[in-house]
Amino acid sequence: DSVLLLSSMNLPGGELRRRSAEDELAMRDYLQEGDLISAEVQSVFSDGAVSLHTRSLKYGKLGQGVLVQVSPSLVKRQKTHFHDLPCGASVILGNNGFIWIYPTPEQKDEEAGGFTTNLEPVPLSDREVISRLRNCIVALVTQKLMLFDTSILYCYEASLPHQIKDILKPEVMEEIVLETRQRLLDLEG
Amino acid sequence: EDLRVDGRGCEDYRCAEVETDVVSNTSGSARVKLGHTDILVGVKAEMGTPKLEKPDEGYLEFFVDCSANATPEFEGRGGEELGTEIANTLYRVFSSESSVDLKSLCINPREHCWVLYVDVLLLECGGNLFDAISIAVKAALFNTRIPKVRVLEDEEGSKEIELSDDPYDCIRLNVNDVPCIVTLSKIGYRHVVDATLQEEACSLASLLISVTSKGALTSMKKVGKGSLDPESIFEMMETGKRVGKSLHIALQKILDEEESLGTSRQKVGFLG
Repeated sequence: DSVLLLSSMNLPGGELRRRSAEDELAMRDYLQEGDLISAEVQSVFSDGAVSLHTRSLKYGKLGQGVLVQVSPSLVKRQKTHFHDLPCGASVILGNNGFIWIYPTPEQKDEEAGGFTTNLEPVPLSDREVISRLRNCIVALVTQKLMLFDTSILYCYEASLPHQIKDILKPEVMEEIVLETRQRLLDLEG
Repeated sequence: EDLRVDGRGCEDYRCAEVETDVVSNTSGSARVKLGHTDILVGVKAEMGTPKLEKPDEGYLEFFVDCSANATPEFEGRGGEELGTEIANTLYRVFSSESSVDLKSLCINPREHCWVLYVDVLLLECGGNLFDAISIAVKAALFNTRIPKVRVLEDEEGSKEIELSDDPYDCIRLNVNDVPCIVTLSKIGYRHVVDATLQEEACSLASLLISVTSKGALTSMKKVGKGSLDPESIFEMMETGKRVGKSLHIALQKILDEEESLGTSRQKVGFLG
């Protein structure tokens, strides 16, 4: 169970003010049941309940993208889990195993504070990149490789000669992950 | 623009594994793995009395069991509703006269015939159940070996049925006309074949059509809460026929390959 208090959230517009009763009632305009958000764990209660917050502008409601659910043990713990990959998409590696892949937004500063969702159709080239990343992540997970930005990027580059839907074939998967593993070993050594 | 989340086109199937003869005490069996969907079909041939309205034909009986391993919703009796729905769909698909040669299953008109009990077991639910089940049923029927029997007549006129001594002396079924089900799910304005669980959750309506290898439609069923435009139904039917034909060709190729390997084939079975 987890709680996200109104006081731990950013209001749209980024304004800093005391939350009033109107804010409570208008909360449903910002977030509804079924929305996907990215948040950070503030503290863990003794009964296992978790208290969340979205205090920074990088957290908030997630727009269009693809979710991949993996085992939490495969996500490497790093300083930052938000990565903008050079291939044209961004990825959020949640410690709970939920990986969110989405097209990199053009403008870097979002005044809305993460509450407006961009519902414009995503261009085909971006969608191809996202599908390829999704299949690469599934391949890495099947072969039990740790997930972090470098491993995902190497896997993406190794998969470029193949068609996107072929990555899910067992033989192609093994080949790509073997190449990724080799490059990572070369990086260390 | 023909690109799904996992990179497939709208008419692409996932990677499928088909293996026959996995269960040793059945007359025929097959196991199909389509992505995360896992189906096991066993066919047992038993002697029975022909139905009254069709005295010179045998018949098929379908039974679908949704194992509790598939999803937590199937715990206890949860899977019965889905099981009966699938069984009724299979009866409908095979109700056409030309699907299986039922006359070859007859031993003595009005007295004895072969009844094929087809048991379907859902091991894992990963989207697109009907297609996987129909592929498994076709493969299992292809694999079925029915022992040859001879009817001897005594002097008093009582008939005796004799089983041939040779265990390899059996009749095989002709599965050339057995239809396969193709499920087309409508998502937005387009329709997709072989939907994953996530895609099924997004689609409001689907069309199940059963297609034979020659491209003939034997039955059609619409599932889902949403509505389908009559024009889109035509489009979906055309797509289904096309996809169904190529599915049959691919399946037959694999079955023939497996057959040609003979007894030296390495069986993966369940523990491989």
